[in-house]
Amino acid sequence: MCECPVCGGEAELPADPVESELFECAECGVELEILALDPLTLGEAPDAEEDWGE
Amino acid sequence: MRVGFLHSLIRKDEKLLIAELRRRPGIELVFLDDRRLVFDFRARPEVDVVLERSINHSRAMHALRLFEGAGTPCVNAYEVSRRCGDKILTAASLAEESVPQPDARVAFTPESALDAIEELGYPVVLKPAVGSWGRLLSKINDRDAAETVLEHKSILGSYHHSIFFVQKYVAKGGRDIRSFVVGDECVAAIHRTSEHWITNTARGGLAGNCPVTPELADLSLRAAAAVGGGVLAVDLFESADGLLVNEVNYTMEFRNSIDVTGVDIPERIVAFVERAAA
Repeated sequence: MCECPVCGGEAELPADPVESELFECAECGVELEILALDPLTLGEAPDAEEDWGE
Repeated sequence: MRVGFLHSLIRKDEKLLIAELRRRPGIELVFLDDRRLVFDFRARPEVDVVLERSINHSRAMHALRLFEGAGTPCVNAYEVSRRCGDKILTAASLAEESVPQPDARVAFTPESALDAIEELGYPVVLKPAVGSWGRLLSKINDRDAAETVLEHKSILGSYHHSIFFVQKYVAKGGRDIRSFVVGDECVAAIHRTSEHWITNTARGGLAGNCPVTPELADLSLRAAAAVGGGVLAVDLFESADGLLVNEVNYTMEFRNSIDVTGVDIPERIVAFVERAAA
């Protein structure tokens, strides 16, 4: 478990986490990004940009 | 073998590929975050192959050009990303290879775009040349809407919104098909069903298995070949005139399609990457 940087609630890290991975805080629903693993640093995921996608 | 994994944000699709890359013997995974990369034209990247999974089209396309220029094979190739990332270039590539697609026009001013829309006949779909997930698509049902949308795009949009790609609307019965091509095989396909005219799963469309018929496989492979081939997702409409290719995607999303098709798509992709490096 880790602290959501947006709501301060408890968020659950995904299994085998990697840097840059996205996951959702179950408490506030915000999408988070793993900015670093050691030490664990989380941030709110960036908003979609115009050229995002497939 | 050192596999460079070109990425920005890592979503479930990328996580599945990472798990597969780590599972296979003989592969060393090298993360290449496009937000941290600095290219030196004099240096050769220390990877044997690049698997491109960037979320930004512009970064992906330029990075692929630079990696290929340094002699590193990439999945997909730069030219494939260039053709698929721009719907006008995709349509041109499909037309040059006589791949059936919805009737479409390209115009460069709001006035000529209105002429093109009237020539096609309502309804039409106005699409930005670059964009995904069904964003900024406009279904235009009459001249009033056409004039309004064209004015808004020319005033509010950035310069590339003044390149107008107009496609005849295809009544697709509430669903379309997405097929998955890996190399010379169409490995799986799904139906995407929605009550909305935009059926992308990113917009709530539901995925269900679609049998890969010989007709579907043949057209998917022809579409893939038209843009240069590789690992591609082909979007198709079932029209009254038969299957039509709508788009071809070069950084395909597949996470919603593994369970419903029963096909291990990341395994197929990684096997292709291994062959590309050999």
